[in-house]
Amino acid sequence: MANISRRIFLALLLCVAAVTQAQQKFITVASTTSTEQSGLFGYLLPIYEKETGVQVRVVAVGTGQALDIGRRGDADVVFVHAKSAEEKFLSEGQSVKRYPVMYNDFVLIGPKSDPAKIAGTKDITAAMRKIEESKAPFVSRGDRSGTHMAELALWKDSGIDIDQSKGPWYRDTGQGMGPALNSAASMNAYILADRGTWLAFKNRGDLTILVEGDKRLFNQYGVMLVNPEKHPNVKKELGQQFIDWLISPAGQKVIADYKINGEQLFYPNAGDASA
Amino acid sequence: MTAAMRAPLSILPLRLDDVVFAAGERRIIDRVSLTLDAGPRTVIVGPNGAGKSVLIRLCHGLLQPTSGRIVWNSPELPGEPRRQAMVFQRPVLLRRSALANVAYALKLAGVSRVEREARSHTALRRVGLDHLADSPARVLSGGEQQRLALARVWALRPEVLFLDEPTANLDPGAVLEIERVIEAMHEAGTKIVMITHNLGQAHRLGDEILFIYQGRVLERAPADQFFKRPQSAEAARFLEGELPWQT
Amino acid sequence: MNDISHAAMQALQLVGGADPKLLDIVLLSLRISITAVVIASLIGLPLGAAIAVTRFPGHHAVVVVLNALMGLPPVVVGLAVYLLLSRAGPLGPLGILFTPTAMVIAQSILIAPIIAALSRQVIEDAWSEYRDQLRSLGERPLGAALTLLWDVRFSLVTIVLAGFGRAAAEVGAVIIVGGNIDGVTRVMTTTIALETSKGDLPLALGLGLVLITIVLVLNAAAYLVKETAERRFG
Repeated sequence: MANISRRIFLALLLCVAAVTQAQQKFITVASTTSTEQSGLFGYLLPIYEKETGVQVRVVAVGTGQALDIGRRGDADVVFVHAKSAEEKFLSEGQSVKRYPVMYNDFVLIGPKSDPAKIAGTKDITAAMRKIEESKAPFVSRGDRSGTHMAELALWKDSGIDIDQSKGPWYRDTGQGMGPALNSAASMNAYILADRGTWLAFKNRGDLTILVEGDKRLFNQYGVMLVNPEKHPNVKKELGQQFIDWLISPAGQKVIADYKINGEQLFYPNAGDASA
Repeated sequence: MTAAMRAPLSILPLRLDDVVFAAGERRIIDRVSLTLDAGPRTVIVGPNGAGKSVLIRLCHGLLQPTSGRIVWNSPELPGEPRRQAMVFQRPVLLRRSALANVAYALKLAGVSRVEREARSHTALRRVGLDHLADSPARVLSGGEQQRLALARVWALRPEVLFLDEPTANLDPGAVLEIERVIEAMHEAGTKIVMITHNLGQAHRLGDEILFIYQGRVLERAPADQFFKRPQSAEAARFLEGELPWQT
Repeated sequence: MNDISHAAMQALQLVGGADPKLLDIVLLSLRISITAVVIASLIGLPLGAAIAVTRFPGHHAVVVVLNALMGLPPVVVGLAVYLLLSRAGPLGPLGILFTPTAMVIAQSILIAPIIAALSRQVIEDAWSEYRDQLRSLGERPLGAALTLLWDVRFSLVTIVLAGFGRAAAEVGAVIIVGGNIDGVTRVMTTTIALETSKGDLPLALGLGLVLITIVLVLNAAAYLVKETAERRFG
């Protein structure tokens, strides 16, 4: 019995040793759930790692939380899609420069039965007004994510004060994109989603794309290096190397090459200074 | 060689001064004063509930008196190996081999590892259990377990051995074996203080009898005298078998 | 029923396909939870035993608090450890946030009270049986604690398994301190959470079945070892 105990003890010691960190070079990137769940990182990061030997570790949370992780200095790079929040981040001195990288678009999803009768509408603000008028069920992310902020901006653009208008029809779930889509599918509700997550989403139920293509549904992604002067632990060379690659022709091509079912999800636009 | 011969001063005699042990309102031991000297085998008898178990637990230090004093000639200091031992009615053995149980007691007594194994085997041989040295202690029979408990205290060579009805749960064959071991320990110099309900055993093994009744030592006499001519009425009734429980 | 049979098929495909990524996730889950249970046992067993055999002012309060800590919500532990290990926090310079080490720490904190509280009860029950005999032989309380820990070792196996089960099953703590990073801190439970949020419910359920099966196999193995040893030692 003593012999077996000794062997088990050694095995356990090996477990402990094995859990210690890898020695490979790596950076930590705080990004969003929608970017992760679209599958882009799963496609792009192995290519980057093979080329440079640097492992990119992505912590995928909502945009608000991702920027907060940057503020705490727990990430080297932040990669999100909410320009106003990113500019606030810059103004706080948490980063020194913002680089546009790519865009995708939002789509307005809803049940095939379409109680608000918005299918095919070209004007997103008109569609949002019809939803509010008919008090059709609408699921909101409610989690300070880029998608949530875009949704709020669209209500504003539609001339609706959503804080006043919201009632039982407006379901504020406080969830990531995937769980929110799950909720919308089970409630047969309308929801604003990024195209990437929608294409990868499998539990669609009765939902389909009802409104798309309006320029206001543009979703711009930006990447920033966390300010090494505020957070000396930031891996500034490796972080900048990743950013430089993302905006380089090589990186931009990889982004464009990523497809689901033959459909391109993200449109690289690092060259667009106004993005 | 007993502990008494090793140590400069024997722990005996043991003196109890006006000892009281109360549980709430009830006095289980009611002002007992006595002295236990080295030499004679002391057997304690009395009806159930008289306080016999509590008395030897007080002597052994497992209980603290409510009032009064319990004084050994040479006090045992905490952290030092014990010079007295106790065998309980139901032996409490560790989930180890028989040998390991004896060795454990020797380890507590500060005996070196090399010496421990040899002395453990010797002790087991003395009680006829050496052939079961590697058996798990808990799968032994009741009689074997009690013999093992005795082997354990044998190995320790205590100056005083308290026994609380050691053979109460054993069959007659086992009883005699246990008695033989107790006899041998007495001959090797250990003071025996034993509680028993078995009056034949009390007569066989006892040199002096302490009769306890309602928490008091009602009678103390050499064994022959106690059994032939008990001094108190309660003792007489007890010996007649009319006093199985304390009233 | 359709979803469940779909999930069962997924589970079989996953196991049969021996996907190397899945294997990595399973191994990481086991390494983290086993390491956490080892650490929690090294802390919890002696602590529980010591509390069982000693008495001091406030003993009752300690026991009550210890028992209550068994109900620590994993997500709260995760949050607390996150705040400790964040660069903005007191242990920031260690730089171990978003690593398996952080996950081990969080899970150890989560299950140490379980192991301590349960072992305290088991040892206290044993102590009442052994107390007089051990004291008679000259054993001091803390020495008795160690002796008893070894003597009740078969009951302790069950307690350790309970701790492991809790660790392997939880997601709230490891997802916050680990960040669910693909290939680095993604374990079975966080993968299931991720696949659920992506809407791939059959896959999530299939992974769940795989996880349950693994824990079941581990428990069966531990039970066999315990039974064999118990028969030998009584």
